[in-house]
Amino acid sequence: MAADLSTTHFELFGLPPSFDVDMEQLDSRYRELQRAVHPDRFANASDQERRISMQRATQINEGYQVLKDSLRRGRYLLELGGYRFDDGQQTNNDVEFLMEQMELRESLGEAREADDAFAALGKVMDRIARDNERLTGILQRQFAAGDPCGDGCSDCIAETLTKMQFFQKLQEEAMELEITLEDEMG
Amino acid sequence: MALLQIAEPGESTAPHQHRLAAGIDLGTTNSLVATVRSGVAETLPDSDGRHLLPSVVHYAADGSPVVGLPALTFAESDPLNTIASVKRLMGRGVDDVKQAGGYLPYEFVAGNSDMPLLHVRGRDVSPVEVSAEILRKLRSRAEQSLGGELQGVVVTVPAYFDDAQRQATKDAARLAGLNVLRLLNEPTAAAVAYGLDKGSEGVIAIYDLGGGTFDISILRLNKGVFEVLSTAGDTALGGDDMDHLLAGWLMQQADIDADAGHGQRRHLLQLARAAKEALSAQDAATITLNREDGSAWSGSLSRADFDQLIAPLVEKTLGPCRRALRDAGMRAADVQSVVMVGGSTRVPQVRERVAKFFDAEPMTDLDPDKVVAIGAAIQADILAGNKPDDDMLLLDVIPLSLGLETMGGLTEKVIHRNTTIPTARAQEFTTFKDGQTAMSLHVVQGERELVDDCRSLARFELRDIPPMVAGAARIKVTFQVDADGLLNVTAEEQTQGVTSSIEVKPSYGLGDREIETMLRDSMDHAAADRDVRRLREEQVEADRVLEALQAALATDGDRLVDAAERRTIDAATAVLAEQRNGSDYRAIKKAIEAVEKASSGYVERRMNSSIHEAMAGHKVDEFRS
Repeated sequence: MAADLSTTHFELFGLPPSFDVDMEQLDSRYRELQRAVHPDRFANASDQERRISMQRATQINEGYQVLKDSLRRGRYLLELGGYRFDDGQQTNNDVEFLMEQMELRESLGEAREADDAFAALGKVMDRIARDNERLTGILQRQFAAGDPCGDGCSDCIAETLTKMQFFQKLQEEAMELEITLEDEMG
Repeated sequence: MALLQIAEPGESTAPHQHRLAAGIDLGTTNSLVATVRSGVAETLPDSDGRHLLPSVVHYAADGSPVVGLPALTFAESDPLNTIASVKRLMGRGVDDVKQAGGYLPYEFVAGNSDMPLLHVRGRDVSPVEVSAEILRKLRSRAEQSLGGELQGVVVTVPAYFDDAQRQATKDAARLAGLNVLRLLNEPTAAAVAYGLDKGSEGVIAIYDLGGGTFDISILRLNKGVFEVLSTAGDTALGGDDMDHLLAGWLMQQADIDADAGHGQRRHLLQLARAAKEALSAQDAATITLNREDGSAWSGSLSRADFDQLIAPLVEKTLGPCRRALRDAGMRAADVQSVVMVGGSTRVPQVRERVAKFFDAEPMTDLDPDKVVAIGAAIQADILAGNKPDDDMLLLDVIPLSLGLETMGGLTEKVIHRNTTIPTARAQEFTTFKDGQTAMSLHVVQGERELVDDCRSLARFELRDIPPMVAGAARIKVTFQVDADGLLNVTAEEQTQGVTSSIEVKPSYGLGDREIETMLRDSMDHAAADRDVRRLREEQVEADRVLEALQAALATDGDRLVDAAERRTIDAATAVLAEQRNGSDYRAIKKAIEAVEKASSGYVERRMNSSIHEAMAGHKVDEFRS
């Protein structure tokens, strides 16, 4: 029996396991799946059925989030192929990338002190978003180049993913800062 | 016992029996109840034809509650025993209330948890109990007007309400004896009321400025599915703040001291509100106020001056708008239309500013006071099973990140804001001492880095961890957020498979025991009454289990259940059907559990089968068989 809790996200959505996902198809299948299992469809069902419906709706939401996001999708694909990330252990030797990180972090700190902090912050966030887009393009090419876990290319994909993770973390920090600034304004 | 009727899954088993359901908008300033009758959703008026119920509760000299308009008349004469805007206190802590205390004329007492209690008529009542009074009033209005008991309700909450505020709202409904089908976010309800699922597709924004809360939600519509992409807001920003600014202006103009009495404050607030409302239609408002010493002051306020006064407030709503857009991955230009909700969106400056920000003409066709209740009624009607063919589906998000306190008072996010619900996340913990059998987790909600800047939701005590050497235990803690946006935490020790028990201490809410006590108190203390209620509850659940199971078996039992399994299910069902008519609630509960156990494999297969059906027609061959 397929579609149980051990099904892969790709199987659940009836999509081939690939980095290139047809977003429109993903969106429409997501809606169809939720229509079938969402707890609102079981408002009058027994507690047991409602519990199972919530678990399934949760599984579908999780799968959708992973497949929608290029970073999470990339990581998931590598993991499916047997690659193990040792988070926190990875070091990055790409000097150019490290310089850029420092620079971005600095401008984030400066944004806080800027006359129009929100505008400055917005600029930093736009730049992070552009960098992220560029890396997504690289990732796409790397995945397209070959079987990620068979030909030893996994490490270079993992490195791109690690870079993307840096950017995501930075983006989150920027958003946190924005909320902090708003709170401070009262 | 009535014969069970055969129906399609999802359909009511008694197709001709309309289940009474209602939508309730529990507002800061006013509350409403609405229902769908003959296919039309409408708000229900009281016997005098008034639809809005002022969210005000007055406690009379004998301690009995008076709700609504009659209570409002006591606001000035007896402010200490008259609670208005109680929604602002729901799920809030003593400290939050003190911050707002500058203009809340009540006597607060600290309760067991950090939840503030209000001191009225010599006793302490919680905000949850005050809200329950408002809900009881609406319930009786609906039941009188519909001529029967309500089977279920949808209660709306601001999208930006955190877990504690949602839980408090649900608790209040429970206290009022209501079966909550769903807590629905107000902006989503508004989108439903506008019927935006019919025909229109694309991205919309819902700008909801109520009396005490502000919400902005970005939604994507597609073939009957309302998918909330992001939400942001401020639970302490609303039209009330305009009133307070205006009252402050009046105090300055009329030379009234800052230490004016409660009655004088109420008078000022009411004048301010009247002036604000007048300025929505006129260019100037004339105000006459009575000072405490009996003298009077008279003056005029122009729309331009008023606009200048409230401009910072209106501007403050745009921060969350920008954030919601960014979280949704959208730009203002992507938004096709903006729905305006909440009485405060009548203020012309609000409409103008929002129109400019999104560069879209705001939708204001429906009464902004009623639109939320109407949307809730439509959803309640569907959830109650009255519209089996309607394929509307609402997918909401969690508005604020859930996190755990880590070393040094920092937060680690477990579930990020704007994640579609229901959602879950498991995290593993270990012990740091040999033989450690307990562990404490502090769950907070918010976006800030420091725990102190977030909202404390609850402290969880994990017990019964099997004693092991330090670092050997692997405790998997699962955070599950349901479709109402409510958090549930479970824990299991992985190496030995022992379920740890969890004791929850809600930071600002009521414990289960407290709710039980309140329910008991409201049932005249008698133990007999309590048993009657429990019996009734178990009977309702038994009926639900039997009905749902029979309907399911009739549809696909032949396909998904083999003969042996069917016999086990039928045997368990027969026992339940018999116990259901008995008077022992414990026996009914046991029989329900037996039925659930007997049918669990079937229910699971059923859910899988519906997933399959949803995917049927798409490359099925890609499924692993």
